[in-house]
Amino acid sequence: MKKIIKYVIIDILRSRIVIGFTLFLLLLSTSVFLLEDNSAKGILSLLNVVLIVVPLVGILFSSIYVYNSAEFLELLVSQPLRRRSIWLSIFLGLSVSLTLSFLVGAGLPILFFESSATGLLMVISGALLINIFVAIALLITSLVRDKAKGIGVVMLLWLYFSLLFDGIILFLVFQFSEYPLEKALIGVIALNPIDLSRILILLKMDVSALMGYTGAIFKDFFGTPFGIIFSAISLFIWIVIPVWLSVRRFNKKDL
Amino acid sequence: MARTFGRVIILFFLFSAFVKNTFAITIVVDAKGAVSTITRAFEIANNGDTVIVKEGVYKEGNLTINKSITFLAKGKVTLDGQHKYEVLSIKASNVWIEGFTLINSGVSSIVDMGGIKVYEVKNVTIKNNVLIDCFFGIYIQHGKNCVIKGNTVTAHTKIEQDNGNGIHGWKSDSLLILKNTVSGHRDGYYLEFVTNTTILNNISENNLRYGLHFMFSHGNFYINNSFINNGAGVAVMYSRAVKMYNNHFSKNWGDASYGLLLKELNDSYIEGNEFENNTVGIFADGATRVEVRKNIFRQNGWAVKMQANCMDMHLENNNFIANSFDIGTNGSLVLNTLKKNYWDKYEGYDLNKDNIGDIPFRPVSLFSMIIEQSPPAMILFRSFMASLLDKTEKILPSITPEGLKDEMPLMKPNKL
Amino acid sequence: MIVVEDLVKRFGRQTVLNNVSLSCRVGDCIALIGPNGCGKTTLIKSLLGMVVPDSGLISFENEPIKRHWKYREKIGYMPQIGRYPDNMTIGQVLDMMIDIRKSSSRKLDEELVEAFGLNDLRQKRMRTLSGGTRQKVSACLAFMFNPPVLILDEPTAGLDPLSAEILKEKIQKEKAAGKLVLITSHILSDLDELITSIIYMQEGKVVFHKGIETLYTETGCDRLGKAIAAIMRNS
Repeated sequence: MKKIIKYVIIDILRSRIVIGFTLFLLLLSTSVFLLEDNSAKGILSLLNVVLIVVPLVGILFSSIYVYNSAEFLELLVSQPLRRRSIWLSIFLGLSVSLTLSFLVGAGLPILFFESSATGLLMVISGALLINIFVAIALLITSLVRDKAKGIGVVMLLWLYFSLLFDGIILFLVFQFSEYPLEKALIGVIALNPIDLSRILILLKMDVSALMGYTGAIFKDFFGTPFGIIFSAISLFIWIVIPVWLSVRRFNKKDL
Repeated sequence: MARTFGRVIILFFLFSAFVKNTFAITIVVDAKGAVSTITRAFEIANNGDTVIVKEGVYKEGNLTINKSITFLAKGKVTLDGQHKYEVLSIKASNVWIEGFTLINSGVSSIVDMGGIKVYEVKNVTIKNNVLIDCFFGIYIQHGKNCVIKGNTVTAHTKIEQDNGNGIHGWKSDSLLILKNTVSGHRDGYYLEFVTNTTILNNISENNLRYGLHFMFSHGNFYINNSFINNGAGVAVMYSRAVKMYNNHFSKNWGDASYGLLLKELNDSYIEGNEFENNTVGIFADGATRVEVRKNIFRQNGWAVKMQANCMDMHLENNNFIANSFDIGTNGSLVLNTLKKNYWDKYEGYDLNKDNIGDIPFRPVSLFSMIIEQSPPAMILFRSFMASLLDKTEKILPSITPEGLKDEMPLMKPNKL
Repeated sequence: MIVVEDLVKRFGRQTVLNNVSLSCRVGDCIALIGPNGCGKTTLIKSLLGMVVPDSGLISFENEPIKRHWKYREKIGYMPQIGRYPDNMTIGQVLDMMIDIRKSSSRKLDEELVEAFGLNDLRQKRMRTLSGGTRQKVSACLAFMFNPPVLILDEPTAGLDPLSAEILKEKIQKEKAAGKLVLITSHILSDLDELITSIIYMQEGKVVFHKGIETLYTETGCDRLGKAIAAIMRNS
């Protein structure tokens, strides 16, 4: 398994897209911090990068990679290798190289310019998010055989998680404003890893506003150790479940 | 000539009063000495005498001073109210109290027992005392020209009705409250019907309710005080001609918590203050003719919330930095002005390089209006969708108040 | 050595393998033949675990292969169209496969690598290779690990005559060494000298599985091509 991961990583690095992504992030995050006069504004701009660009690159790059590696997978499957190992190696290879790329491209500048709890939390959330979206990409590629269709699904999912989901929540909040919604919202939010990470970061970044206005949901839940553990576990589940489902699917897949 | 003569006469009488004082005696209270209790010392003392208490713990129930004496502690002198009595009552003018540790006053729901309570007298100085777990700390009732300086007042109970205010003034005039520290009380500093008073260089932190709370108290100065992490921040109500300069308000968190709550405040000045990490920096409800200038608002949830019932509030030359929201409001009526403030969220340009942005800045975001209507929507704060909504609103304002804008936003922060 | 019982595989509504049963012994050299789309490649892929059958049983050395993978150490597979990661060079592909499959007990068989002269092409990227060169890489990989079973899908298609001859000699040699060889091919003339028995498939079914001598006697032909043609005419 170690060997396959090694070859997957070598292959990904050879494609140069990851290196390009790393440089892009590095340039973006450094310039954001250098151009803004206070680092709080810089971190705000990077919040959007972490919550939108990182998932997009994670899900798109991973799915394209898997579709393009159909031959490689075929070759590996005919060898004396466990299918589960092959698939997990693909996941780990993607996950390691993209996480590294994120940590170097965005993590280092963030920690350098904003070495606060907010910065650290942002780096951790970003790293988790990229893994989550690699996992989701693997699930989709294991389910959808056709490349064009698969990439379409993946883009829709990204749009859903980064925009449509929040639209639905806003709609619900207005529709059911007479009801005590806050508890239910905690459960609903856990269904979207992007929202979950955003709230974790906000808890540090906008603690003053969050601790006040909507009291219950933040102060009594996400602000407590239990809430933070809940969010962390939810984020991990968002990695584990798609990977597990995709392994099951891949085990039965015809190549 | 006649007037000068009159002044000399007055000076002579004043001088003779001092001469009389030099004949005053000093009584030393010592458990092993001739005068072993403070009560006894107060009995034998005359106006102008000095009572010095030697180190020890004194449990003598209520101590009442009804002569003009100087009352000093030598070493650590603890006066214990044993949770039953008001520790020290002052019922004479011209009293000086310095250096005592007063603990455990009684708690009563009928009378406001204090650690030190001043009853309807003048010229009392209360200096460098430590008050621990008293119901009220220092209580000035109908006092005038009193000085409260360098005291440390602390309470530990978390039950609000068993906990009075740290320094409490009622119907008093011309007090000087200086360099005190109050923590753990219900309100740190409470003033009601107190006028012409200066509150300078004090600290108020971790109090259960307000760090500073005053009502119907006109013409007071609040300068260079720190209000940190109090339950509900600072509340300023039904007062006029108040001047608040260079104070520091921070970490006042909670859903009814404000750095500074202005309720029906008129003709006042709020200048050079620093508001940091508060849920709301300034909450203005029914404030009229209030000048808010040269303040710094940093990392607050809302820097300023102005209800639509405020009139003629002028926000000028303030710096708004890293707040979640800069301005919040609950209606579309705007009778207040914003001018020459620095907003770090401002994205305009300055073609003529005069440091004033060429397009106005609208500090009220659409999303803040949405939250105002439906608080749970806060869960979407800083989401992609929320920023899209804000961007659209910036281009086509439809819901946010049209009139609430800074026509002359600064490109660089004011130097404060 | 390989036993297949009642194998069924459907792709969607189409039944590709319909109750296929057969058995192959050590030392056999079997030709798997039949018209295009008769299920040859699917059958081979099933043997390799690349296609998961809907029902039926495949056992390798008396062990069902379902959910197993170790048995593939004993199989060398040469696919019909060799597909490899585009960005890798020939050298890297060979090294990677050696790295993945290497076991200390068996020696590497690099005869074909030398015979095809692949060592001179090690720096070439896979995407730049012609179909024939890819086939050579596939062939090398199939024989490299000295497996007791060889499964070759259209081995000579796309090879130049010289290379095809090299490959045939290699197959002959391995057969002589007592290996089970399973070949599919359209070019029947290629197989004449090699094979010991024939499996003929049509529309997902095994029509017959006979020794070559039996076949020649039954049809009265002495060439494989003619014998098959005779059978197809009769059916």
